[in-house]
Amino acid sequence: MIGWLGRFFSSSSPRKRGPSVSGVCRDIGHIGADRASRWVPAFAGMTVVKALAVSTLAMFLSLPALAVMPDEKLTDPAMEARAREISKELRCLVCQNQSIDDSNADLARDLRVLVRERLVAGDSNEQVITYVHDRYGDFVLLRPPVTGYTALLWGGPFVLLALAGFGTALYMRQRRRDVETMPAPVLTADEEARLVALLNEDKPGDGR
Amino acid sequence: MSAVTRHRLLLLLPLAVFLILGGYFALGLTKDPSKLPSMLIDKPAPTFTLPGLSAGEKGLSNADLMGKVQLINVFASWCAPCRVEHPLLMRLAKEDGVTIHGINYKDKPEAAQAFLDQMGNPFTSIGADKDGRVAIDFGVYGVPETYVIDKQGRVRYRHVGPLMPFDMEETILPMIRELSK
Repeated sequence: MIGWLGRFFSSSSPRKRGPSVSGVCRDIGHIGADRASRWVPAFAGMTVVKALAVSTLAMFLSLPALAVMPDEKLTDPAMEARAREISKELRCLVCQNQSIDDSNADLARDLRVLVRERLVAGDSNEQVITYVHDRYGDFVLLRPPVTGYTALLWGGPFVLLALAGFGTALYMRQRRRDVETMPAPVLTADEEARLVALLNEDKPGDGR
Repeated sequence: MSAVTRHRLLLLLPLAVFLILGGYFALGLTKDPSKLPSMLIDKPAPTFTLPGLSAGEKGLSNADLMGKVQLINVFASWCAPCRVEHPLLMRLAKEDGVTIHGINYKDKPEAAQAFLDQMGNPFTSIGADKDGRVAIDFGVYGVPETYVIDKQGRVRYRHVGPLMPFDMEETILPMIRELSK
């Protein structure tokens, strides 16, 4: 991130552009972890103003990308709507942070077609999801079911919240008790005199 | 416990939280998030029948998976990591005498044949999965993947990605020996 920002703001550096890497996720086989290591920002070599202008323009011009191809669509609009709904619930195993509805990967396409075939064959939405779930496991569901295995995932935030609330309550109670039991401050004769002097300063009629 | 001791202990709390979180994240770093568990472990391989690469050739079906411990390798000629692991499959078939079946995933038969002519053919039989449907039944989400099948035709292990000599020596071969007993 730092490097990225650095490059972004190092206006018009003569850095050569690396091999272009498309942002599209495709299955090219299981590869090693160095997948992202050759990533080069699209803005490399632009001035800051230009880069900002281009990115702002791109932001306003871009439309939500649709991965669903016309030839995949079902003719029955109601069934197609159900297929879209199901596809949004299923994770693309290749791109992993996209649903199969969003993903351009071949496997996502195959799964979209499969979902539609199951629907045409008369499956309910749940049956289609179960069909895919049976093959790819919990990971394929973008909303994982609550089981013993995923209990921590679902319950974790609430446990943390309860712990934090409990801790805060304890702290507040202790603090209140500390304030209540604190002995009344006793001033020395010197401090007493200064206090009286300060209090008398603003009294009207003292001539200032 | 006096209030002072309690406050001292409280000072250690951030350290404790850091250690717990740090340990958790360190554990996470040792795992590869792209490797997913298979749903088929200890379950029978899915029912399938695939044609061979060319018209006359014998294909592959789940009936072929019974009787002995064997491997299924999902491969494609367009898949670069498959080329990386291929010499290892050759060695496994030739030197260790392991039966390996191939599922040729979404490939052109002639391209697959050229790949095998060039790199050698370690497969006892090959099923051509042109539309990738059988692979979906296996839960394949990329190529290559390798499955260990036991005598009863059940899937016992899945390896995602190219096989490396290390995987072979540490996992696959000991497992085959164990299951063959």
